[in-house]
Amino acid sequence: MSIGLFGRKVGMTQIFGPEGDRIPVTVVDAGPCTVVRVKTEDGVDGYNAIVVGYGDVKPKHVNKPKAGFFAKQGVEAKAHLREARLEAGDVALMEVGQEINVNLFSLGGFIDVIGTSIGRGFTGVIKRHNFNAPKATHGTHEKFRHGGSLGQNTTPGRVLKGKKMAGHYGNSRVTVQNLQVVGIEPEKNLLLIKGSVPGPNGRLIWMQKAVKG
Amino acid sequence: MNLVDYVEAQHERHDLPELRTGQTVRVYNRIIEGVKERVQVYEGTVLRVAGEGLKKTFTVRKLSHSVGVERIFPLHSPRLLKIEVMHQGYVRQARIYFLRDRVGKKAKLRRIDQR
Repeated sequence: MSIGLFGRKVGMTQIFGPEGDRIPVTVVDAGPCTVVRVKTEDGVDGYNAIVVGYGDVKPKHVNKPKAGFFAKQGVEAKAHLREARLEAGDVALMEVGQEINVNLFSLGGFIDVIGTSIGRGFTGVIKRHNFNAPKATHGTHEKFRHGGSLGQNTTPGRVLKGKKMAGHYGNSRVTVQNLQVVGIEPEKNLLLIKGSVPGPNGRLIWMQKAVKG
Repeated sequence: MNLVDYVEAQHERHDLPELRTGQTVRVYNRIIEGVKERVQVYEGTVLRVAGEGLKKTFTVRKLSHSVGVERIFPLHSPRLLKIEVMHQGYVRQARIYFLRDRVGKKAKLRRIDQR
C-alpha cells in the first residue's frame, strides 16, 4: 500500500484531446486530506505508516473513543480514516497535521482507484452473472429469466459449491487499476481520471499511485 | 458550480453558430492524415442536435453521388474549423428523420426566408 488520497466521485463527462479525440473522464473532488497519525517502526506500532483523514464531521457525531484519539493527536476530527503503509524514508517526511492534496499525483501518471460499487440488491443470474436469457417463445412457460439446470443427477447428487445463482449484487469493494490522470487543478481540488470509477456519483473513493504503474 | 459543469465550461467553444434542425450548414472539418492536415468541407441538412453541454453533437445529411450520407459531429470538437449556416429550412419536428425516406424534390425543405 502506498500513500493515497480520499475523494468523491462527482460525475462523468468527456473532454477533447489535442488531436480532437474524445476522452471519457471521471470528475473527482479529491481531498484535501490530513495526516492524522504517523506510525513508525521504532515506536509502539512497530511498522511505518500514516493515517489519512478526510471530510469534516460535526463534533456531536464523533463518539468518545474517536474524539479521544483525535484530541490526543491534536487534530480536528475527520469523517473518514484510512491507513497507508509507507517506507521508512517516506514516513520521516510526514508529520501529524500535514495536508495531502491532489499534487500527490502527476499529470499523465497512473493511479489505482478503490471504491464501493453501485448496490443492486437481490439480483437474478442474467444481470449478476451475465447468463443468457432462455427463449421466450417455442413453448417456454413461466421461465423467462431462469438460469437453467443446477447440475447433474445421482452423481454427484448435490449442487457444486460456487454454483452461480441469484443473490446480492454490487455494493462491494472494487479496485480499478492503472487509470490515467488527465487533469489536475489544485485550487479546486479537482482531478480528472480517464475512464470510469466504481460507485455512484457522490460516493467516497480512495486513490493511490498505481501498484503496477 | 458543479465540478462537472466547470470542467465542461473549460472545453466548450463559443465561436460556432447556434445550430437548429433543418438548417443547411457547411462544416469545415480538419482532417489529419499522418503529418498532413487538410480541411474537408461537408455540406448538408442538420437532421438533429443531440446531447447537452460538451457532449452535444449534430447529425448532417447530404446526398453524395445520389447516396444518402449522414455524419455526426461533436459540436465542441477542436477539429471543426468553422461552421457556416447557409439557410434555415421550415421544420416542425426536432428530428427530421422523415427526410431519409424522401427522394428528389420531396427531400427538400421549404426555406424559411422565402416564405
